[in-house]
Amino acid sequence: MTQFLQTLFDGVTVGCLYALIALGYTMVYGILKFINFAHSDVFALGVWMSITIAAWLGVGAADQPAPAWYMGALVLLGTMAFCGFVGFVIERVAYKPLRKAPRLNVLITAIGVSLLLQNIGQQKFAFGPYPKSMPKLLEGGALFTIADVQVRTSDVAVIGTALALMAALQFLIYRTKLGSAMRAVSFNTRNASLMGINVDRVISFTFVVGTMLAAAAGFLYGLKYEGQAKQTADSMWVMLGLKAFVAAVVGGIGNVRGAVLGGLLIGLIEFFGVAYVSSQFRDAYVFAILIVVLLFKPEGVLGRATVEKV
Amino acid sequence: MNLIARTAATLMVGFGLALSGCGKNENGGSTPAANKPAETPAAASSEIIIGHYASLTGSEATFGISTDNGIKMAVEEQNKAGGINGKQIKLVTLDNQGKPQETQTVVTRLIEEQKVVALLGEVASSRSLAGAPIAQRKGVPMISPSSTNPDVTAVGDMISRVCFIDPFQGFVGAKFAAENLKLKRGATLYNRAQAYSSGLNTNFKEAFTKLGGEIVSEQAYSDGDNDFSAQLTAIRGQNPDFIYVPGYYTEVVNIARQARKLGLSVPLIGGDGWDSEELKNAGDALNNCYFSNHYSQEDTRPEVQEFVKKYQQQYDGKVPDGLAALGYDAARLLFNAMGRATSLSGKDLAKAINETKNFAGVTGNISIDANRNPTKDAVVLEVVNGQPKYKATIKP
Repeated sequence: MTQFLQTLFDGVTVGCLYALIALGYTMVYGILKFINFAHSDVFALGVWMSITIAAWLGVGAADQPAPAWYMGALVLLGTMAFCGFVGFVIERVAYKPLRKAPRLNVLITAIGVSLLLQNIGQQKFAFGPYPKSMPKLLEGGALFTIADVQVRTSDVAVIGTALALMAALQFLIYRTKLGSAMRAVSFNTRNASLMGINVDRVISFTFVVGTMLAAAAGFLYGLKYEGQAKQTADSMWVMLGLKAFVAAVVGGIGNVRGAVLGGLLIGLIEFFGVAYVSSQFRDAYVFAILIVVLLFKPEGVLGRATVEKV
Repeated sequence: MNLIARTAATLMVGFGLALSGCGKNENGGSTPAANKPAETPAAASSEIIIGHYASLTGSEATFGISTDNGIKMAVEEQNKAGGINGKQIKLVTLDNQGKPQETQTVVTRLIEEQKVVALLGEVASSRSLAGAPIAQRKGVPMISPSSTNPDVTAVGDMISRVCFIDPFQGFVGAKFAAENLKLKRGATLYNRAQAYSSGLNTNFKEAFTKLGGEIVSEQAYSDGDNDFSAQLTAIRGQNPDFIYVPGYYTEVVNIARQARKLGLSVPLIGGDGWDSEELKNAGDALNNCYFSNHYSQEDTRPEVQEFVKKYQQQYDGKVPDGLAALGYDAARLLFNAMGRATSLSGKDLAKAINETKNFAGVTGNISIDANRNPTKDAVVLEVVNGQPKYKATIKP
C-alpha cells in the first residue's frame, strides 16, 4: 500500500512537469500547426537559467540554509521572463519569416533552432560543458508523512506551482479577450484576421506563453531534482521533451486540457511501470502508449471531445 | 489529430533517437597540442606521438580531465628524464564528449591524422569498447587506464589495461558488504545502458550470493534518467540492508539524495565509477556509503605519497583521484614498454606491453596476465561529507 501511494504521488509530480511542457507543444501546434522541436531545449534553458539566476542573486548555495520563499519565486519569475524573451526572439527570427512557407520548412527550421540552443548552451560563455549543481531553494526532507508516504516540500511546491500555472492558463484562454483571439486564430487564421485580430501578435503571444510554461517546468525540475543538471546538449533533455510531446499527442494535440491529462497519464504509466512491472523498460512504456493511442484513437484521448483549440 | 501531426510524431521520435547520438559539434581537444595541425613525417621522426581519447566534457567530464592530468604529468617527467631513446614524447588528447559514437571518430583521427604509435583511453568501458576494435584493426596498441569491464581487453592482443577487472571488483563489493559490514540482504540499482554498470551488477550478485547473502531487489535505469524514485520506492518495499549502486558519480549523487528523501537510510555501496571530487554535491546524503577503488591517497607507500605530492604541486593542490593515478600508471607503463620494445611498430610494442611483469605503479604492482589484465589489490573507501576516506584493503 505504501509503495502504491508513493508511486502514485511521484507519478503525479512528474506528470505535472510533463503537462507543463506538453502545454507548450500543444499550444504552438494548435495555432501554427507545426511541432516546435526546440521546445525541449527551452525547457533545458529554463533549468540552466534558474541555476544562473539563483547564483546571480547569491542564493541556493549547497552549504547555506534555503532562502526565503520569495527569493525562489523571484528566480522563477526571472527564469520565465528570460525564456519568454528568448521564445519571442525565436518566433520572430526563425518562424515568422516562414509563415507562408510549407510546413516541412518550418519543421526543419525548428530542428535547427534546437541544435543552435543546445550548442550555444554548452559553450563556455553560456552555461559550460559540465554538469552543475542545482540551487537549493527549499529545505529538503519531508513536509509530512501519511501512511509511511513521504510528502516532500519540493514535490508539494512542484504540484502547487504547476496547478496554479495551469489555472492561470485556463483563465487566460477562456476568460480574456486575448484568449478569445487565440482560440479564434486556432479555428481559422484568415477569418480571424478579417475580424480585426492582429494574427501575428496573437501567434507571438501564444509562443511566448508556451515558452514561459516550459521555463517554469525547468525551474520546478531543478526544485525537484536538486542534484546535478547535465549540460544543455545532453540527450536527457531531448528524452524529457519527447515524453512531454507524447503526452500532448496522447491527450490530443492542440487541446489544452488534453495536454494536462496526457502529462499526468504518462507520468503515472511511467512510474507504475517501473515500480510494478520492470525498471528495464522505463521509456518503452511511454512510447508503447503512444503507439496504442495512435492505432486506436489517433486524435488523442480528448482530441474530439472539446472542439476549441488554442 | 491529423496526418501532419501523426507524421510529425513519427519524425520526432526518430529525430530524438538520432539526436541522442549527434547533438554536439566537435570542439576538439583541450590540450594545446590538439589544436596544432597534424605533424609532418619529418617532425614525427624526432618525437614519439601518443594519443589519449577522453571525456574532457560531458556528464563524466572529471573522469577524462583527471586521467589527462595524470598522463600529462607522466609525459613531462619522462621528457625531462630524456624521453625514450633520445626522442621526446608528444601527447595529443582529443575530447570524445563522453559519447561512444564520438569516440570512434576521435580514435580514427588520432590514428589516421596524428599517426600515434600508441593510444591511452578510456575510463568508461562502453567508450573503450567503441575505441578498441579500431585500435585492434589498425594495429595500434591501446592501454585503457581504468575500464574495468572484462570485454575491453578481449577485443584483441593490441588492447591491455592497468586496472583490475569487474569480476574482482564485484567480489570486493560483495565481500566488504558480507564480511566487513556483516550485511545479509542486498538490493542493486544499475545502469543497463552502460557495459560497466550492468557487468559489475552481475558480478556483484554472483559474488554476494556465493558469500551467503540474498539479493532482494534488482532495479535498473538508463543513461539520462534523473528520477530514481520509482526504483527506490520498489527497493524500499523489500527492506534491504544496503543498496549496491555500480553507477557513475553523476547518477550516484542524485540516487543518494533521492534515496534519503524517501527515507531510505541504508548504506549505498558502489565501484570506482564513484571516484570524483563531484561527490561533494551529495552533501551528507552519501555519509555511511562505500566504494571500491584502485588506490587511496592516504596510502603510506612512498610511490603513492610522492605521486600525491607532485600532483598537488602541479595542479593547484587538487587531491588526485584514482583515475589520475591510473592515467599516470598507464602512461608510465607504456613508456617502460617502449624502452624495452625492439621497435615501436604496433606488434613489437604490444608484445612489450603484454610482457610487463611487476611494474611498480602508484596503484600497486602491475603484472599483465595472459588475458592482458593485471591482478591487483583493491581498496574500499568510505565517503565522509563527500570526501573519500580509506576503509579497507581487499586482496584477490
